[in-house]
Formats: sequence, C-alpha cells, structure tokens
Amino acid sequence: MYGFEALTFNIHGGYLEAIVRGHRARLLTAADYNNLCQCETLEDIKMHLSATEYGPYLQNEPSPLHTTTIVEKCTLKLVDDYKHMLCQATEPLSTFLEYITYGHMIDNVVLIVTGTLHERDVQELLEKCHPLGMFDSIASLAVAQNMRELYRLVLVDTPLAPYFSDCITSEDLDDMNIEIMRNTLYKAYLEDFYKFCQKLGGATAEIMSDLLAFEADRRAVNITINSIGTELTRDDRKKLYSNFGLLYPYGHEELAVSEDIDQVRAVMEKYPPYQSIFAKLSFGESQMLDKAFNEEEVKRLCLAFDQQFHYAVFFAYMRLREQEVRNLMWISECVAQNQKSRVHDSVVFIF
Amino acid sequence: MDYIDNLPPMDLMRSEKMTFVQLIMPVESAHRAVCYLGELGLLQFRDMNDDKSPFQRTFANQVKRCAEMSRKLRFFKDQINKAGLVCSPCLAFQPDIELEELEAQLAEHEHELNEMNSNSEKLQQTYNELLEFKIVLQKACGFLASSHSHAAIEERELDEHAYSNSDDYVEGASLLEQETRPASSNQSGLRFVSGIVCKSKVLRFERMLFRATRGNMFFNQAPADEQIMDPISTEMVEKTVFVVFFSGEQARLKILKICEAFGAHCYPVPEDIHKHRQITREVSSRLVDLEATLDAGIRHRNKALASIEGHLAKWINMVRREKAVYDTLNMLNFDVTKKCLVGEGWCPIFAKTQIQEALRRATFDSSSQVGIIFHPMDAVESPPTYFRTNRFTSAFQEIVDAYGVARYQEANPSVYTVITFPFLFAVMFGDWGHGICLLLGALFLIARESKLCTQKLGSFMEMLFGGRYVLLLMALFSIYCGLVYNEFFSVPFHIFGRSAYECRDTSCRDAQTAGLLKRHDTYPFGVDPSWRGSRSELAFLNSLKMKMSILLGVVQMNLGILISYFNARFFGNSVDIRYQFVPQMIFLNSLFGYLSLLIIVKWCTGSQADLYHVMIYMFLSPTDNLGENQLFWGQRFIQIVLLLLALVAVPWMLFPKPFILKKLHTARYQGHAYGRLNTSEMDLEVEPDSARARQHHEEFNFSEVFVHQMIHSIEFVLGAVSNTASYLRLWALSLAHSELSTVFYEKVLLLAWGYDNLIIRLVGLAVFSFATAFILLMMETLSAFLHALRLHWVEFQNKFYHGDGYKFRPFSFASLAEDDD
Repeated sequence: MYGFEALTFNIHGGYLEAIVRGHRARLLTAADYNNLCQCETLEDIKMHLSATEYGPYLQNEPSPLHTTTIVEKCTLKLVDDYKHMLCQATEPLSTFLEYITYGHMIDNVVLIVTGTLHERDVQELLEKCHPLGMFDSIASLAVAQNMRELYRLVLVDTPLAPYFSDCITSEDLDDMNIEIMRNTLYKAYLEDFYKFCQKLGGATAEIMSDLLAFEADRRAVNITINSIGTELTRDDRKKLYSNFGLLYPYGHEELAVSEDIDQVRAVMEKYPPYQSIFAKLSFGESQMLDKAFNEEEVKRLCLAFDQQFHYAVFFAYMRLREQEVRNLMWISECVAQNQKSRVHDSVVFIF
Repeated sequence: MDYIDNLPPMDLMRSEKMTFVQLIMPVESAHRAVCYLGELGLLQFRDMNDDKSPFQRTFANQVKRCAEMSRKLRFFKDQINKAGLVCSPCLAFQPDIELEELEAQLAEHEHELNEMNSNSEKLQQTYNELLEFKIVLQKACGFLASSHSHAAIEERELDEHAYSNSDDYVEGASLLEQETRPASSNQSGLRFVSGIVCKSKVLRFERMLFRATRGNMFFNQAPADEQIMDPISTEMVEKTVFVVFFSGEQARLKILKICEAFGAHCYPVPEDIHKHRQITREVSSRLVDLEATLDAGIRHRNKALASIEGHLAKWINMVRREKAVYDTLNMLNFDVTKKCLVGEGWCPIFAKTQIQEALRRATFDSSSQVGIIFHPMDAVESPPTYFRTNRFTSAFQEIVDAYGVARYQEANPSVYTVITFPFLFAVMFGDWGHGICLLLGALFLIARESKLCTQKLGSFMEMLFGGRYVLLLMALFSIYCGLVYNEFFSVPFHIFGRSAYECRDTSCRDAQTAGLLKRHDTYPFGVDPSWRGSRSELAFLNSLKMKMSILLGVVQMNLGILISYFNARFFGNSVDIRYQFVPQMIFLNSLFGYLSLLIIVKWCTGSQADLYHVMIYMFLSPTDNLGENQLFWGQRFIQIVLLLLALVAVPWMLFPKPFILKKLHTARYQGHAYGRLNTSEMDLEVEPDSARARQHHEEFNFSEVFVHQMIHSIEFVLGAVSNTASYLRLWALSLAHSELSTVFYEKVLLLAWGYDNLIIRLVGLAVFSFATAFILLMMETLSAFLHALRLHWVEFQNKFYHGDGYKFRPFSFASLAEDDD
C-alpha cells in the first residue's frame, strides 16, 4: 500500500500522530539547553524546567534536589506520554509501540541478573530499572541461577521469550555470558523489529529500516570495540552482529577480524553515511564516538518527522525524549559536581 | 460637523487614552510600590529583560523562595484533602505576618507534619504486619488442621520453629527475617511457608512457585477477610493468605526468594493448637493497643492540620501575591548606579493621579529618602486597548473581542452590539412564550448574581452566567419580536384587540376556500392572528420577514460604513473619507438602499409590483419601460441614475487612494528633503495613522498597496451583494423556528390531546415539553445566537473594524486570583 497511506492512515493513527507531533514540538530546544547550561545550581535547573513540559512533574519536589530525582521525574513524563499513547493505540500501532520497549526490557533483565550475581539488593536494583522495560515478574529474575532457569522461570512469559532461543545454556551466569546474552537478545530483537516493520510496509518500513539499520550498525561497532582484547573469538563476535543494516554482510566480515580502533575506523570509512561520523574523530580515539553516533542518530530521528502517515515518528519521539533525559542527566550531574566546563561533552542538541 | 464633535463622549466608543510611562524607584521602596500598584491594577509593566532567562534575573532567589513556599502550601492542602477535613473559611481575625516569618512558620509546620507522617507510617506498617499475621493465623490454621494428621515429623520441627519466634515477634521487628532463619534441625521432610500476598498477584505467584519447584509443592490459598491499607498510596488492598507445602532446603530458599520478589510477607504459624491460641491472643491485644496509638496519632495530626487550614487560604493568597510582585520586579532594570529600579509600562491617562498617589504612599510607608519618579515617555509601539466595562457591558465586549481586540482608539462595535445583537437574535427567535422562558432563566441568574459569582461553576454554567445580561436582553427582545409575529408556542393570541378579518358567515365553513373578509380596522400591533392556519399564511409571513430582513441588513451595513466615517474623522484621515467612505455609501445605497426604498413604498402604497422583476431588469435593461411594476413617477430615470452612480463608485474606491498615498509619500520623503518639519502639522491631519506607521518602515511598496486596495474594493462590491443576501438568514431561521414550534404543538400536543386517554395525553405533554426545552429553547437559541454572532462579526464589522489591537493587561492582584483558580 505504499503511497496510499494518506487515504486510510488517519482513521486509526491520525489522533496519535497529532499527539506525538505535539509532544515533539515541546522538546527542549537549543535555547533551552543554552539556558540550562548556564545554571548554577539544581534549583536553577528546576526553575528553568518549570516553564517546560517537565514543570508539573518537578513542582512538588522538596528543595534539596538530587540529580536522580530530576532524571526520575523526567523519565516519568516520558513514561506517562508513552502510556497515554499505548492506551489510545490500535493494532498494529500498539504492537509497534510495545516493540519500542523491548530494548529496555533486555537492559532491565541484564541489570537485574548482573545485580543479583554481585549480590545486590533486589529492591535497589528494581529502582534502577527503566520504567518502560518493566514487566510483572521482573523481580523473580533474581531466583534464576543459569540461562535455562532464567528462561523457564521468568522470561517465558515475556515478549522476550522467542529471542532467547539462541542463548539457552545450562552454564552458570557470569559477567561475560550475561553480556553475550544481552547482545544476542538485542540482535534477535532488532531483527524481529526489523521484520515487523517490513511487514507493516509503506513509509513505516522505509524509515524504520533506515533507523534500525543505523542502530544495528552502531551496535556492531560497539560490540567490536568492546570485545577488542577480550577472549571472545572472531566467530562468536560475528554471531552477535544483526543480520541486516548497511554493514551486512561484508562489513561484518571485516569488523569481525578488526583488532584495534583504527581498523574499525578503516572499515567504517568505506561506508559513506558513516564517513562523516568518523571524520570528526581523531585517530585512535573512541571516547567521542558515542556522542558522534548520538548526534547522527538524533539527526536521523528528526528527519523521521518530515514525512507523514507512518509509525516511525513514535519511535523517533521516544528516542529523542530519551536522549533529552540523558542530556538533562548530564547537565544536572555537571552542575551538581561543579564541572560546568564539561557540560558540552555529552549533550546532544535536538533542535 | 461641529455638532458631532460636541456630542458628549461615549466611554465605550473609544478605548481609554493610554500613555507610556517610566518609573524610577529607589530599591528600598520598589517592593512596596509594586505591591500598591498591584492592588490598584492599572499599570501594565513591560518586560525589559526579555533576553534573560528566569534564573538570571535580579530577584530569582525570591521567586524561588516563593515557589518553595507555595510547594509547601500545596503539600499542606494535599494533606488536608487526604485527611478529609472540610475546608471552612476561618473568619477569625488573623494578624498580618511578614513573609520571612511565614517562611519560617511554613518550614516548621512542614517539618512537624513530615515527622508525624513518618511516625504514623511506621506505626501503620507495624499495624499492617500484625493484622496480616492475625489473618494468616486465622486462615492458615484451617489448612494445617487438614494436613495435621499426616505430618508428624514436621510438627515437631515447626513447634520449635514457632517457639523460638513467639517471644520476640511482638517487638515489632521484621517478622520475615525471623521466619527465614534456617531451621537447623530437620533438613528433610515436608515443610511449609505461610504468608500473605496481594490478591492480584496470586495467580502469577502460584505459577512461579510451581515452575521453580518443578511442581513439587502444594499451594493453598484463601482470601483475607479484611482489606489492608497500603501505606504509600493509602488505598485499601485485597490480599490472599497462602500456605505452601514443599520439601527440601533448596526449594525453601527458592520459595523465599520468590516471596520476596512478589512482595509477599511470610509469617510463621505454629501448628500446636495451644501455641496458636496464645499467639493469636497476644497479637490481638497488641493490635488493639496499636490501634489506639494510631488513632491518637491521627487525631493529633488532624488537629495540627486543622490549625494550618484556618490560615491556608490567606497564606496561599499572600505567597501568590508575593510571587507576582517579584515576577514584576524581575521585569525592571537596574540603573547604572544600582540604586534604582527602572520600569516602563502603559497606563490609562485617567489613572495617572491614582498611580502617583499610590507611589507617594509607597515612598512614605517605606520611609524612603527619595521619591519615586513617574513620568510619561514617547513610545514606538502602539498602545494597548483598554475599555472600562461593567458587568453589563463586559459580556458584549467579550463577544466583540472574540473576533479581535480593537485597534487603539478605534470605534468599538460593542456600543451598538449591546442592542443590535439581542435584537437580531430575537428576529430569529421571535416567540414570546419561549422568550418568557429565557427571561425567567436570565432573571434567575441575575437574582442569584451575588451568590453565583463567588462560587466556582462548571464551564457550561460559567458561560451562561457570564452572558446573563446578554441573555436578559435577548429574552426581552424575543418577547417583543414574538408579540410582533404574534407567536406564543406557535399559538396566536388576540392581545391587542380584534382581528381585522371575519368569516363570511357564522358557520365559517368556507374560511379555508373562499377566504375571509376584512371587516374591521387593521390589527393594531404585529401580525393579525387570523393569518395563522390560513392558506396564505406562509406566503404572507415569508414576504414580510424577507423584506424586513433586507431592511434590517441595509440599515446595519449603513451603520457600519458610517462608523468607518467616524473612524476616519477621528484619525483625521480625509483620504479614507473621500475615496472609501463616499463611494461605498453610494454603491450600497444606490443598489440596496434603493431596494429598501422600493420595499417601503410598496408597503405604504399596497402596490402589486414585483420587486424581483424591478431589481433584475434594472441591470438587464435599465431603459425599458417598467409597465405595471412601476411604483412611482420617474422611477426609470432614477434607476438609470442610480445604476450609473454605482458603476462610477467602483473605480472611485479602487484607483485614487493608492495613487494619492504614493504622491503623499514621495512628497514627504523625496521631493523636499527639509519639508517634513513644515508639513508635519498638515500631514498629521491628513494621515497620522500611516505617517506613524511609516516611521518604522519607510519603504513604500506601491504594488502592495494597490493590490491591498483592489482586494478591499472587490470584497466590498461582492460583499454588498452577498452580505445583503446573508441577512436573509434572519428570515430563514425565524421561519425554521416558527415551523418547528408549530410541528411540536400541532403534531405532538394537539394530536395527543385528541385522544381521550390520560396516559397518551401525559406522554404527549412530556414529549412536547422536552422538545420545547431541548430543541427549541436550547438548540434553537444556540443556532440563533451563532447566526447573530456571524452577522455582527462578518456583515457588520467588516465594514469598519480592524480588530488588530492587543488588550491592556495591567499588573493586578485581582486578576491573579482568577488566573489561578
């Protein structure tokens, strides 16, 4: 039905698209960030945010503010937005919206499992979980001793269950194979999401495949960089790359054998869209890579709003809001720790 | 002309004269001065720190403090609402307190409340635990009794288990931990864990237990009789008691972990009957104690809250004012010496003395050495529009403002709207029965005015209440129009004497066929009731109402054009008078003014002439003989003259004005470089409006002006036709209203009355009254209202009204309270 979305899209999706575009319009702008960066204390940040969408969420916080409170309340706003949209959504949009949260679910599972491995308190871990990735029995993850139990006890009830087929082993959990599990799950999730978007067709498929491909490639680069110098074999490494995206398949071959950051860079520079990202970095540097990727992602997400009648705007909005919350966290951390010179290190302006 | 100038001034006609003023206040008296100005509410401050973000402004700290205080106040309010105290305005005398004092007080109260809350929360938690324990004891006993017979070994173990716990559980520490203390003795055999879990989680809990133990467990559950209060959300939660039987240490660890994950509380239950009884007794007695403590705590807290509540309204008001004052102070600038605050703003000229008085008072009260300087300045931007309305005119002003706020000093249409709006409404809603219903409603609202305006109304009632005087006039006029139409729920009445018509004979058999005879004088007021039900009723009423609509429309449009003359005169804009007002007047009146004349002549002479024919052939063949349609002598000649005048008027209003503007412009800026000083006097008289505007952008774009003028002319010419036609909605709506009410009266009420059955009659009456209330009184009122609104906004106001001004928003404490609610 490509090209004919305009005919029928608004029957079910029109209201929510209007809502999400309204939300997008209230994202903080560069002017807001400039003002926020000039703040002296967290109270100043609160005062500035009171004029924005976050105002009602922060206004009842008692005075000695903490960074965590600000981040928590800002995330709450995102969650409220999401829940509102999910309530209003019909199929297939509701499934699409649910897909967005699976990433957080994977992160939460990994967080809890790692936490219990290091014998942290479950309640404390639960507080750290992203509220979008919560599911009912998440607390009972702590019971599991190995992957098989993890799957059989808890995850079989969650939407993550199908992604688990590749990593059911009876090995005891340790940091390494938890990380491998995270990446295997993520790979399966991204591929599934990609397939789902292709099934939806139209502009959604077109834009989402672009956004997801970027995400997949970015993860591939991150996996490569993080696994340099570990005992992960080349084949194992290659197994963690998602089977789509710009780098698939030839880029993956080369990434799998890369042994240092400059080799990764050489691989990536063959792909024009990523050339600009690596052009910003000096050789041998990987610290700023995250920011460069984030900036590129934000640019792409903003572009998603240029087209109408597709679902990618919801994905883009959620991602942008998350980026915004990350920005706010960074700014408030910098302000709280008196490191204002570093404010610009990690803040990605959205507009 | 002098006569017009000497007319007494109308308050509402022109907005108040404003002046731009500068205030220079010494720092020590600035706060008090702004306070007094807020009470006065007649000065609109201009934000001079537009480019600064809120926390960079001078008084950011004070604003923050106020925000913090209002947060505390919100917290108190929330607590009071939660405690369910009734908010009663405390009328006792309260001494004025300083803000600093208030801040300290609030902090103290908050601290106290928080402490009490945390105390009662702790107590509540202990209470909950005990209550849960009691419930578990009651319920689990049942399960255990059934399994008692075949569990001899485990009994001993559990006895010990319970024994070790029974003496210290009363200390109120976490019972869970004690229960989870590994039982050293028997590692094998059947054991159990009992506890309580949220009802909503039971199913998942059971499933998880089943999976974790691979089905090697037995799960028993029973709903708890009492609901337990969740300490965080203070909601009552339904819980379920469970007992899980299992074997093995591994399983026990797993089960305990799962319990923890699901927020299930585990409590030890002794199996021995005596122990059981003893513990139950102890728990119960302890519960009673705790309950008393809790109650006392709540009473204490409520007392504290009640004492806060008495002051709360006053405090909230005070903090709100204080915040507004600091927000306003933030709009001011420091001067170079940092000793004075400089503010700018608009105020009406009449308020100058009041403001000066307030400032003097502020200087005196703050015992400042230096007075506050208050002086007018020149401003570049145009002043805000401010009308002094009262409760009667404000609703009408709202109607006009909804379209657009008047330009500064522009003629204000609401002066006329006060009468024309309800009148045009009534033309469409003419029925004195319905009018009386509306009147009763309006009178009810007005009678309870003083009561209603203090309380909070719903959005719909708010609207009705705001428009109560509009409603009153609408009702009065619709009674008047109803009398003219002789309609009372569509029933004609002989109020003003005898009908002029009578039947030919006493039986009145041929009244519908042969018609009636006119025997008496014409019916003195309104429509003769005999028309009702006659064959020619519709034809007669339609012709009457259509002609009336056109007459009303032409009069109102003429009024609109006339106001544009007064506007031009007021602003000294002779170009507009000569090249806009005059041709517009000629064009409208030579066509539709003439039509109105024909209508009146026809009414007066009773002629049979066909006015459609006359009007159409006036354009098609103006030189033809009118024949039988001639209404008066020399009509053909007049028609030709009028037609020519109308044709001339179109280029007249199209071409000259842009050229003249261009000439004026070139004369001013290029021709004589030094001419401006000398001619400024004259220029101002000729066209001060555009002269002022051109101070900003001196570029004169001829094509733009010309296109603008063209659009205006075309709009007017076409509008003259379409607007006149638009006034026919008066007839159409009035027809619809009377036909609808006839249908309901005849086809429902009379039909039902025809049956000799009480039930049918009652049903008929009910349907009739519902239809009257909802369709005729509510929906028809709304539609007539909307059409009257349109006639004013479009047909009337487009003749003269610019509506591109902005409202005067003074800094005032009174409006502050409204905004907040």
